[in-house]
Amino acid sequence: MSMQTRPDSDFNPADLGQQSNRAWDRVFMWLLFISLAIGIITLVVLLVYVVTKGWPRLDLGLITNMPSIRNPEQSGVQSALMGSIWVIGFTAIIALPIGILAAIYLEEFSKQGGRFQRLVEVNIQNLAAVPSIVYGILGLAVFARALALGQSVITASLTLALLILPVIIISTREALRAVPRNIRDGSLALGATEWQTAYRQTLPAATPGIATGVILSLSRAIGEAAPLLLLGAVTFVTFNPDGMLSGYTTLPIQIFNWTKEPREEFQVLAAAAIVLLLVILLAMNFVAIWIRNRTQRRW
Amino acid sequence: MTIAAPQINEDELRRSLRQMSPRRGEAIMRAILVVAASVSILTTVGIVLSIVIPSIEFFSEVPVWDFLTGTVWTPLFANGEFGVLPLVSGTLMITAIATVVAIPLGLGAAIYLSEYASMRVRKVLKPTLEVLAGIPTVVFGFFALEFLTRVVLVRFFPSIDIFNALSAGLIMGIMIIPTVASLSEDAMSAVPSGLRDGSYALGASKRQTATDVVIPAALSGIVAAFVLGISRAIGETMIVTIAAGLEPRLSFNPLEGMQTMTSYIAAAGAGDLATGSMEYKSIFAVALLLFIITFAMNMISIRLVRRYRQVYQ
Repeated sequence: MSMQTRPDSDFNPADLGQQSNRAWDRVFMWLLFISLAIGIITLVVLLVYVVTKGWPRLDLGLITNMPSIRNPEQSGVQSALMGSIWVIGFTAIIALPIGILAAIYLEEFSKQGGRFQRLVEVNIQNLAAVPSIVYGILGLAVFARALALGQSVITASLTLALLILPVIIISTREALRAVPRNIRDGSLALGATEWQTAYRQTLPAATPGIATGVILSLSRAIGEAAPLLLLGAVTFVTFNPDGMLSGYTTLPIQIFNWTKEPREEFQVLAAAAIVLLLVILLAMNFVAIWIRNRTQRRW
Repeated sequence: MTIAAPQINEDELRRSLRQMSPRRGEAIMRAILVVAASVSILTTVGIVLSIVIPSIEFFSEVPVWDFLTGTVWTPLFANGEFGVLPLVSGTLMITAIATVVAIPLGLGAAIYLSEYASMRVRKVLKPTLEVLAGIPTVVFGFFALEFLTRVVLVRFFPSIDIFNALSAGLIMGIMIIPTVASLSEDAMSAVPSGLRDGSYALGASKRQTATDVVIPAALSGIVAAFVLGISRAIGETMIVTIAAGLEPRLSFNPLEGMQTMTSYIAAAGAGDLATGSMEYKSIFAVALLLFIITFAMNMISIRLVRRYRQVYQ
């Protein structure tokens, strides 16, 4: 295939090496650096802001107490934290096997470049970019109402599982692709079937890469709030979930609820809960990076 | 070709390699894998059906044309009007602000990382920038409302509404910088270094090489990054719900509060609506419009990415 784009034709060699150009070159480089820096500075300001604002409430009571509307000083996030753990637990149980099996199919079994594979591929790419609130609509119409699961932990988990499925599939495929061809060939040559090869050779070899992708996708699910707004998490909840069909709230939703309260103490509380949420996400990211660095194998 | 090869009967060879016993387990596993891969297709079908069916009911009561061109959105009133333009204009206003922030900054960051930064600098700055993409949107919403509006913007614009389009748009722009930057950078990294070497050999500077050679060569990927970034801005919910307010308003003043398509869905859906009510159905009609817009943009972006991959890989 020929090149479709070509350098502009107003490129004039006579311009080169002039002093004014040099100055403009430097300005240009600094502009580029500044555009990168603005994002990073905003990140730093955000982190400093939430930590200083939430500082008075960064105590043990934040974790052990239940949310309270009357006295924010005594209020905590216990039910939201437990809700998040329940929801993410089921999300993982649902999304992991489906995502990994789907990736194995696409990478190891289906005809590469075949019609079904292409259809699923474009579909996954598109699903990865569908707004998360649309998944909330799906959860509301299908899981909450049509399947009558109501506003429960399992409705939230099913919805979030579908939401992160594309990410799990894409990252698992990449991990599988990194396993060299000759491992598969060796296994097949010894008489193993395709599934035995995938299950006993390729999958274990790709596990660190898969784990990294899975953890990152779960950390996305933990921070997700929009779809849960439609699935009943907004209700004021002062109990921990006790099963799949239990009512629930989650950390991001609890934060969202507090941002709507006019009293300043609730904003402090929201900031403290944000710090807790960010610490959890940071810890998950560190685990992911640790797994990747520790088990990185050079083939 | 008529080489007298040893007489191996193809058929016989194949028969001898054929498995001795039927591999039932293998067939079952294969079926399970196909089902897992089909879940994503079922998800799309589920999304489309769950949006379209209630929307059809909605549009049997509100004509499509009135929905698309109406300028008043009052679904809660007894004789509510369902003109979606205020929600569309709110979405466009906030998306436009986000785009003005994210496109130049994201592209600038991408050029810096791909063309200027040394390996060491790149190794530190790129993951740091990507941390931005991992911050939950509810946190950005809180930051937009509590810090950007209440601490910063009120100093510059004393008349600003506490809930306003400007703060939501600015923070959303910052949020999508990593999306724009990392996809643009991928596209620029895919440009063969021969093109750069040729440009340097002609005496071009680094800047000239970047702007006149690398960017044009990576253009389809860069545009794909822009399209995907804009699509994310249109679909983003929490920032606008928290920071831009919940008042549908057909206005072009970014200092005022506005409601977007997503924040309407979130606000109306959070209440416990009766299944048959017009308000309940209106969520799906707005979601249909949102889905069509973002779907079209995602498809354009996927096509563009495929194009630059075909050219260089």
